[in-house]
Amino acid sequence: MENYYIFKIILVVALFLVSLLVAMYSTYGERKISALMQDRIGPNRAGPLGLLQPLADGIKMFMKEEIIPNVSNKTLFILGPCLAMTTALMAGVLVPWGGKVEFMGETYNLQVADLNIGVLYIFGVTSLGVYGIMIGGWASNNKYSLMGAIRASAQMISYEIAMGLAIIALIMTTGTMSLGEIAAQQDAGLANIVYQPIGFLIFLICAFAELNRAPFDMPESESELIGGYHTEYSSMKLGLFLFAEYINMFISSAVIVTFYFGGYNFPFQNEINEALGLSTNMATALGTLVMFGKIFFFIFFFMWVRWTLPRFRYDQLMRLGWKSMIPLAILNILITGVVMWMNGKLN
Amino acid sequence: MQPLTNRSKVVVKKEMTLLEKMYLPAIFNGMMITFKHMFKKSATIRYPEQKREFSEIYRGHHVLKRDDNGAERCTACGLCAVSCPAEAITMQAAERKEGEEKLYREEKYAATYEINMLRCIFCGLCEEACPKEAIFLTDRLVPTEFERNDFVFGKDKLVEKMDDRIDVTKRQTQAVLDFKQNNKYSHNKLK
Repeated sequence: MENYYIFKIILVVALFLVSLLVAMYSTYGERKISALMQDRIGPNRAGPLGLLQPLADGIKMFMKEEIIPNVSNKTLFILGPCLAMTTALMAGVLVPWGGKVEFMGETYNLQVADLNIGVLYIFGVTSLGVYGIMIGGWASNNKYSLMGAIRASAQMISYEIAMGLAIIALIMTTGTMSLGEIAAQQDAGLANIVYQPIGFLIFLICAFAELNRAPFDMPESESELIGGYHTEYSSMKLGLFLFAEYINMFISSAVIVTFYFGGYNFPFQNEINEALGLSTNMATALGTLVMFGKIFFFIFFFMWVRWTLPRFRYDQLMRLGWKSMIPLAILNILITGVVMWMNGKLN
Repeated sequence: MQPLTNRSKVVVKKEMTLLEKMYLPAIFNGMMITFKHMFKKSATIRYPEQKREFSEIYRGHHVLKRDDNGAERCTACGLCAVSCPAEAITMQAAERKEGEEKLYREEKYAATYEINMLRCIFCGLCEEACPKEAIFLTDRLVPTEFERNDFVFGKDKLVEKMDDRIDVTKRQTQAVLDFKQNNKYSHNKLK
């Protein structure tokens, strides 16, 4: 039992550090990718290839003057970024990062917690994320921040419905709500994307909206709202908001990979592992590496879309959410149900 | 009316087709364009290490030339100041004293010669007007300053140093010389 706790603590700390590291280098990647797409070079002064840039940015963030507006609600003003960061870090515990691990003579799953209602938990936690933005925007006592906060909440609530409906179809095919099992089910057969292409598309588009990424970056809209909910924030409190966005991006990429792209599984994994003669731990490490490859592809995809598309108008965003996404998601559930019924999978 | 280019498009407010309403094909096309750009050569010039090449006839920082003996060529005739469309040039003439033959080429010289770099438009008319081949525009950049007054460049910054002579022949291409020659005798031609 003691080993169990040691293993979990190590895993939690590692997950925390990896999340921060990935988020740090996502900022670097974002700048580099945007530069490449605009035929520029991007950060290349701090360290080789500018690889120390995130570190320099972090130091800069900490050294900046910290301003709390006089008219703001100070408690809520501080609570906002804390909440955004906390909720961003909370979702990662449910993601299965790999297969079985042998540790001190016992076998564990490379997953901090495998709740049997994991999907619901992830939904709950990511929905909490909007509170950080809302509270931050409200407490700033600034009309732009408030506008950003209102937009954020309206957008996240309307896209959450479509996202949930897309997931219902997935749960229908997998028959479980535990992320560990969803990932494990995809080891031999095909990945869920084959069974749920429309569901994946809806989930992906809603993920953009949930993450407040372009083309749905309504809450920030630096051109019209000066920065939206974080207009009044400075120093590391602003840093936390921005950081939370990148951690969210990492975690939701991981969730997308787990749900639809087989998580840590890869084609012919059993054959490859046998051919290479890998031990359990090494095979798991290989799977984790593959999973991170998939995650990085999705992080790149998020950035790719951001530097391609302009922002939606607010009414277009709402129309897309309510009039296209939700009916399409319901249709997807229907089709899934009919196909399953025809194949005799419904009891 | 005849169109100037073939690039203009007639805009018709038509209903979008289903495929266009889905946005996805258009988004896909756009993403392919940005993806292609990732592998294109960037236009960036990494400034302190690399410098942009100037055109041969670049007109930058002025220089007041000396002749081969080190005497200033300028005689303060004022033609450059008259020709200057931006009225950037001012000067005060003085008479050469006994024993200053080494310093000034002719009996009259410019005691002060100032160009206001904020007014100058670098058109090169002063160079064209100069009968003594004294003022030239070079391929050097005008240094930046913090105060407006510091942009009025006096003789200390304009006259060339003998130990650091400035090559002005780069700008004197055949076309430029022909143009100057043409202008020189244009008043003799019949209209």
